[in-house]
Amino acid sequence: MSTLLSTRALSKRFGGLTAVHEVDFDLPEGEIRALIGPNGAGKTTFVSMLIGRVAPSAGAVVFDGQDVTGLPAHSRVALGMAYTFQITSVFARLAVAENVALAARRRLGRDRAAVREATARALDRVGLSDRSGALAGDLSYGHQRLLEVAMGLAQRPRLLILDEPTQGLSDSEIAAFKALIRGLAAETTILLIEHNMAVVMELADTVTVLNFGEVLAEGTPAEIHASAAVQAAYLGTGADA
Amino acid sequence: MTGRGREIALHGGLVALLAVLAFVLPAYHHGNVARVMVLAVYAMGYNLAFGYTGLLSLGHAMFFAAGMYGMGLPAYHLGLGAGLSFVAGLAAAAGLALAVGVLALRTAGVAFMIVTLMFSQAAYLTILLFGTYTRGDEGLVLTRASRVLAGVDLSDPMARYVAALGLFAVALFFTLWLVRQPEGRVLVAIRENEERAELLGYNVFRHKLAAIVLSGTMSGAAGAAYGLLFGYVGASFAEVQYSIFPLLWVLLGGAGTVIGPFLGTLFMFYLIDLSADITSAYMLIAGLALVLLTLFAPQGLGGEIRRRWAGWLP
Repeated sequence: MSTLLSTRALSKRFGGLTAVHEVDFDLPEGEIRALIGPNGAGKTTFVSMLIGRVAPSAGAVVFDGQDVTGLPAHSRVALGMAYTFQITSVFARLAVAENVALAARRRLGRDRAAVREATARALDRVGLSDRSGALAGDLSYGHQRLLEVAMGLAQRPRLLILDEPTQGLSDSEIAAFKALIRGLAAETTILLIEHNMAVVMELADTVTVLNFGEVLAEGTPAEIHASAAVQAAYLGTGADA
Repeated sequence: MTGRGREIALHGGLVALLAVLAFVLPAYHHGNVARVMVLAVYAMGYNLAFGYTGLLSLGHAMFFAAGMYGMGLPAYHLGLGAGLSFVAGLAAAAGLALAVGVLALRTAGVAFMIVTLMFSQAAYLTILLFGTYTRGDEGLVLTRASRVLAGVDLSDPMARYVAALGLFAVALFFTLWLVRQPEGRVLVAIRENEERAELLGYNVFRHKLAAIVLSGTMSGAAGAAYGLLFGYVGASFAEVQYSIFPLLWVLLGGAGTVIGPFLGTLFMFYLIDLSADITSAYMLIAGLALVLLTLFAPQGLGGEIRRRWAGWLP
């Protein structure tokens, strides 16, 4: 399988704090990859550099063989990357369907019928069809998370970056979300930042663990689960303690 | 009726009503409404930037004045015909909007307000500086000959009204068309959540720049038309209050509605006109009405209509 996304020596310093330190990361096409790590490990900073919200201090991001380090976020999205926000960021005063249509329209342009169809399809997949006329800001928190995912789907990305998508969802919503992601795996590569270990263990092909801005471990969910270093990082024991 | 049919009926109905009024209004109001229609074009231009894209500019007087002087200077000094002068006014406003947009859009929020305000003051002082050509505060009075468009004398009240209505209709239907286009929807998305729009793959800077250029050009069209129809080109139109007026008109009428700028302009024009009949402290009455409207209809007249009765209002 070819590599869709990779980083080389990717670093970010905020003043004296090194949030991400020389991370080499490779994501093969078609994989579901989970990115985990304790709070403050640099996960969100790392993916923000992937999508172009944050400029790296050093290092490179390569997407589909092209160095995108200097490209603005909208150009990376145009190349096929999509990002859903950790803190829900929908267009609160616009209708749910319009939120998704905005995501679909960049790809489909003036073809109104195609936009309508793509919108309906994305809303159907996340189970929000019956709310399409509501204002996005009136949705419950969990539904806004699903709307974020629908906006990601409507872009038909080659790489979908989901930043803590299950945060705030109920158990039944999480079950539906897992089924959705499994169904997506055939179409797109997924990078999942996730706190919920049950979701990670069940969905991910490979898990990357970040700790103090560096890659601590990488392997199958089972390997990660068994890793003493990972347990130490999460429990705060071991070498650093 | 479908949504599209309703929109065309409403906005077409307004234009038709204004056309009928051309024949029934007494002379005084006839002139007022012509003036209001031209100023409403200015407000619609402002609304594209502020109401739809969320760009709060405090310097739109420079675009109004660029249109006015871009039209007036060649008409006055070179004897250029009304049609060509008008086009020159449009070009001047579009060029200025592009230049100012490229620079000012590097900022956002309060900084954007200050930068546009400063550019506009610079434009005003430039007009005074080149007093040899602009005659400064005194301004230029256009001859009747330079106000003839295709054989029609625009100083004639009926011709003036019809020309103002024509420009108004073009601006109204252009706005209506634009906000239904994918590009228009992106402007609203930028107003609502700029970062999200960027991360949906839209080039936010380019969209904002396009909005400023369209907004500035429409404001300039209003300025050029104002000079042509009323025969006077003066530096007072570049002063700061002419940057504040369109903001007030749009806020009163309903930011981000197509019909709002006209409602706001009409309302404020007659509010000042009527209260001036009652007292010399007419701005006190106007100010009070503004405060009340802001308290009880914070989304403006058009916004309130949309909220209460007509959710489909574009």
